[in-house]
Amino acid sequence: MTTATRLPSAFAELEPYAEIWCLPTETERWDRRLASTMPEMHEFYDAFFPRLEEAIEYCDKFPLDDIPDDALNLLHLVYSLIMVAMSVEIMHQPAPTDSADAVMIRTGEPRP
Amino acid sequence: MATKWPKPAEGSWTEHYPDLGTGPIPFRDSISEEFYALEREAIFKRAWLNVSRVDETPEAGSYITRQIEAADASLLLVQDHDGRIRAFHNLCRRRGHALVPPDFRATELRSTGDEFECRHCGWRYSLDGRLISLPDADRFADLDTADYGLVEVHCDVWAGFVFVNVDREPRQSLRDFLGPMVTALDGYPFDKLTERYDWVAHNNSNWKIFADAFQEYYHVPSLHTQQVPPEVRDPNAGFTCGHFQLDGPHRLVSTAGTRRWLLAPEYMYPIERATHSGLVGPWRTPDIGELPMHGLNPGNIEPWGITNFQIFPNLEILIYGGWYLLYRYWPTSHNTHRYEAFTYFHPARTVRERIEHEVAAVVLKEFALQDAGMLGGTQAALEYDVIDDYPLNDQEILVRHLHKMAVEWVEDYQRDRAPAGA
Repeated sequence: MTTATRLPSAFAELEPYAEIWCLPTETERWDRRLASTMPEMHEFYDAFFPRLEEAIEYCDKFPLDDIPDDALNLLHLVYSLIMVAMSVEIMHQPAPTDSADAVMIRTGEPRP
Repeated sequence: MATKWPKPAEGSWTEHYPDLGTGPIPFRDSISEEFYALEREAIFKRAWLNVSRVDETPEAGSYITRQIEAADASLLLVQDHDGRIRAFHNLCRRRGHALVPPDFRATELRSTGDEFECRHCGWRYSLDGRLISLPDADRFADLDTADYGLVEVHCDVWAGFVFVNVDREPRQSLRDFLGPMVTALDGYPFDKLTERYDWVAHNNSNWKIFADAFQEYYHVPSLHTQQVPPEVRDPNAGFTCGHFQLDGPHRLVSTAGTRRWLLAPEYMYPIERATHSGLVGPWRTPDIGELPMHGLNPGNIEPWGITNFQIFPNLEILIYGGWYLLYRYWPTSHNTHRYEAFTYFHPARTVRERIEHEVAAVVLKEFALQDAGMLGGTQAALEYDVIDDYPLNDQEILVRHLHKMAVEWVEDYQRDRAPAGA
């Protein structure tokens, strides 16, 4: 068991998900989504979605170029929730329906 | 959404553009290796091609590389000391080595300082392409450095979009090539929308087949049923575009836009409601000044949603008012192409705005993958070549136009090559 905490203390109950879903790039989040089962993603979604607006508000207190590490981790968790919401709310399967073998790689994005 | 949009006076879009014809089309231009070989010469080695935006080479010495397989070109673009962007073949004049390492799409800015130096032979070139020094110059017989500058390619900029033309003497200036319909966007503040998300996809379809997916919208309710939640899906929903327009080889289509956040909440997914962003982008975008609406919405569609400019041959700019998408289709063979997609937003001022951009970027990929997933199969099916008469309806005139333009450019090329008097 790890004692290192990743998230602001107000979001401590999400620590188990932070280990899996605090991923800074879309490519990592996409790969994690496709490697996850729907029950795994539902569990993360159900735990975090009710607190999403609160998490956005928390991160939004900081300027984009000076976000403390724990809030940055929370922001990456928000990004992962957006990714997982595509499967949970819209597609009801890990990959987009009808996407067959198509691949589209995000090669550039603003940070964070 | 049963809105009926006024048709042109002639009664239909097809009749408004009678040159397009009304017959079925074969799509053979999209499955033939021979036709693709001609397209490379007739289109990709003659047309102006957009390869970047000015902000990718922001200062003197900033450079990028670009591969244009269909034009047999590996290019180097650099801003020179006069602020001009120049394009060269990325080729050292001494032995043909790549002058800088080709990098498919560097997102980090690269700078060469005041000159380029070939890593292989040490020949050095100024930012305007002159050979300025070489080791052991006295070992060459009668070598005049003035004869050994980099090989330059025509390069010009419109509205911050950098275009190249590999033809020895382009038949038209960039502005004449773009024509009045496209250049009516002159005043659009593209320079204020610099927050970029980039994607690349290698698709198993002819470049025109993917472009076709964005030239009509009738496929949207059937392929992209998930664009609205199931409770509000209308199985009989059609989609009618309000305005089509052609100008030379270029096209545009405008659609009305529902402000989704003004609809009942069930028209949106929970993630959209929570983040105030989604399929049609951020609900609110910063004020970027007055927009050139005559150019942006020439059909006066109200409420206006998107206009999609399809700039021949392989560029699309889809403008949503406060942000835009850009697609490029680079053929790599008769049945494959590299698809590049970008979203451009006003730079996020807050974390909340950055999250809105992320949502729009994530949703875009979901639906683009549906299009891409469909088209590999379409290409394979077209290649069975059992059907050569596909009907196109009045909402698909842009599909008709793209294929017609490709064929016409090839025919013009063949005519130019035919012996005089033949």
